[in-house]
Formats: sequence, structure tokens, C-alpha cells
Amino acid sequence: MLGLLRTVGIRFLDWLSALGRATLLWVNTMTGLPRLKDVGLVIIQVYNVGFLSLIIIILSAFSIGAVLSLQFYTQLARFGAQEAVGVGLALVLLRELGPVVTGLLFAGRAGSALTAEIGLMKTTEQLSSMEMMGVDPLRRIIAPRIWAGLISLPILTAIFNMVAIYGGVVVAVNWLGADAGGFWSGMQEGVELWEDLGKGMLKSLVFAFLVTWVAVFQGYDAPPTAEGMSMATTQTVVISSVLILATDFLMTLVFYGDF
Amino acid sequence: MRMRTIEISVGGFVLAGALALVFLALQVSGVSRNQAEDSYIIKARFNDVAGLRVRSKVSMAGVTIGRVRAIDVDMQWGDATVTMDILGEPGNLTADTGAKILTEGILGARYISLLPGSDEETLGPGDEITETQGALILENLIGEFLTNLGDS
Repeated sequence: MLGLLRTVGIRFLDWLSALGRATLLWVNTMTGLPRLKDVGLVIIQVYNVGFLSLIIIILSAFSIGAVLSLQFYTQLARFGAQEAVGVGLALVLLRELGPVVTGLLFAGRAGSALTAEIGLMKTTEQLSSMEMMGVDPLRRIIAPRIWAGLISLPILTAIFNMVAIYGGVVVAVNWLGADAGGFWSGMQEGVELWEDLGKGMLKSLVFAFLVTWVAVFQGYDAPPTAEGMSMATTQTVVISSVLILATDFLMTLVFYGDF
Repeated sequence: MRMRTIEISVGGFVLAGALALVFLALQVSGVSRNQAEDSYIIKARFNDVAGLRVRSKVSMAGVTIGRVRAIDVDMQWGDATVTMDILGEPGNLTADTGAKILTEGILGARYISLLPGSDEETLGPGDEITETQGALILENLIGEFLTNLGDS
């Protein structure tokens, strides 16, 4: 019994110290204004985490938009309310599915790569040798990756939403024959700029913060072994996915729970 | 050379994101249509506003002419005060305009329908509509119906 209590206590303290190290890492990295000559580094990272994620984002967005539209259409057609497909699709995408699915894909595609890259740099002591040369690895390696994540994920989310809505149009209007006018005007009537689009983009910014933070910390904190690396990569995807879904619920509660 | 390709790709990526945002703002949320035009406030008291929400439609003859801005309860009289934004200059509604709370379709949202009057005077900003009819509550209707059935 006492042993169990001790294990729980040790686990908790371990977790607490990891949280502390993660916070310190983030604060140490992000305090101090970004210098102008670091912009090039950020651009390279936006290319890596943002541009190279475009294909998976566009493909998933199109299928998700198409499948949502198909489901909405078949259910709403029973009430003769096919025109409501547009507004339903747009609200679901802008408020929830766009930010969340893009965040999850981003965690799988870019977050894991970040962890592996930084972990391997640490394992092969590239980070230490940078420190030896008087280059701060936090600012040279970690900070550009965090900035790139914060820039890329909202952009990816906007592209995701646009492609998904287009996928929905292709299915509902071009294929199943919903009325295009009713589809778009219902959507414009029901969707609001800040309430739906703005808050959705805010969500994606929060997800970007969470994913990059987890990914960078897991890589930086990974034990320098093959096993530790694989563990850290897995942890990045698992932790950031759970965090995304949990904070999404909280944010929806705060944003839209006016009861 | 490689750095240049990367820069071009990133530029295209950011541009695509900006275009997507513009598309979402204009085509999906229809900003251009909802631009705040001139509007003024009128009020109305209802005995019951069940189902009416802030931003519900205010319409006349089926055309949307405004939105509900706020709904407050008056504890003293036990009724609800609805504040509405009406598009256009003050003076486009007669003083004896009536207001009804109706439902769109069978399951649709509640909205306020304004019925034009014949008075020469008009409603100014902040004026109150007196001729009102509140929302019909299905349970109350059924209750009355059953009581009547029992009486006869």
C-alpha cells in the first residue's frame, strides 16, 4: 500500500518536473525578441512544417468535406432541407473539424518530425557542440521551429477549410444536385466572421502553440538512446492529440456555451 | 538556388493561406453582405419570447429588415423587453406597428414579424411597440385544448 503511494508520488513529481522543464524551455526560447537575421531560419522551417504538409492537408480536407456533405445531404434530404447542407458544412468545418483535424494531422506529420530531428541533434551532441561554439541552440534551433509552427498551422487550417468546403460543394451541388444559390446564401446567412471564422482560427493558433511546445520539448528532453527517441516521437503524437481534443472541448465550452 | 526555391514555396504557401482566409471571409461568411448599414433601435414588450434569441431575424412581409439586439426580462411586470436593430433611417415604421413572434417552418427558428399600421406618426429611435403578440407555446396550447375538452 505504502509502496503504491510512493510510486504514485514519484510519478507525480516526475510529471511535475517535466512540466517545469517544458515551461522553462519554452520561456527561455521565446523570451527575447526574434532577431532579423533569424528570419531565414524561420522561412526554412515554415517550408519544412508548413509547405511540405500541404499535400496531406489538401487530400484529407477534400475527403472530409465530401463525406460530411454526403452525410448531411442524405439526412437533410429526408426533410427536404438540402439547402441547409451549406450552412451545416461551413459551421462544422470552421468551428470544429477544420482546426482539430488540421491540428491532429499537423501533430502527426510535423510534430513527430520535429521531435525526431531535435532528439537526434541532441543524441549526436550537435546541440552541445553549438553551445561550445557560442551559438545558443535554443534560439538557433528551437525558436525558429516554434515560430514556424505558430505561422504554419493557422495557414494550413484556412487552406483546409477552403478545400473542405470546395469538396462539399462538389458533392452536394455538382454531384447530388442541391441548389447552388440556396447552398451559398444559406452559408453566408448562417456564418459569421468573428464568431465562426475568427474563433476557429484562434483555436488553431492555440493548437499550434500546444503541438510545437510538446514536440520541441519531447525532442529536447528525449533520453539519448534509440529506444528513448522512438518513445519521444510516440509521446509527441499521443500527448499533442489528447491535448488538442481536450482543449478543443474547453474552448468550445467557453466560446459557444452560452447557456 | 535551393534557398530560393524554398523562399518561393513559402511565399506561395503564405499567399495561399491569405487567399483562403479572404475566400472564407467573403464567400463563406458573406462579410460584404452583412456590412453594418444605418440602423436604429426600437423596443417591444412581449408576454413570452420563448425560443427567440439575440440576432434572430426581424422581418416585415417576409423580408428581413433587422435583427434582435438584446432580450431582457422585466421582473416587475413579468414580461420580456426585446431590443431590435432596424435597418434604415428612423421614420420608416408607423407608430402603431404591431409585432408578433412567429416560427419559420415547423421546426425552424423563432423570429419577429412586424405588421405595418396606418398611423401618420412614426417610431423614433428607442420607441416602444405596444401592439405585440408573444410566442405560442405548444405545451400551453395543448393544455388549454385538454381543459376545454374536459369541460365540454
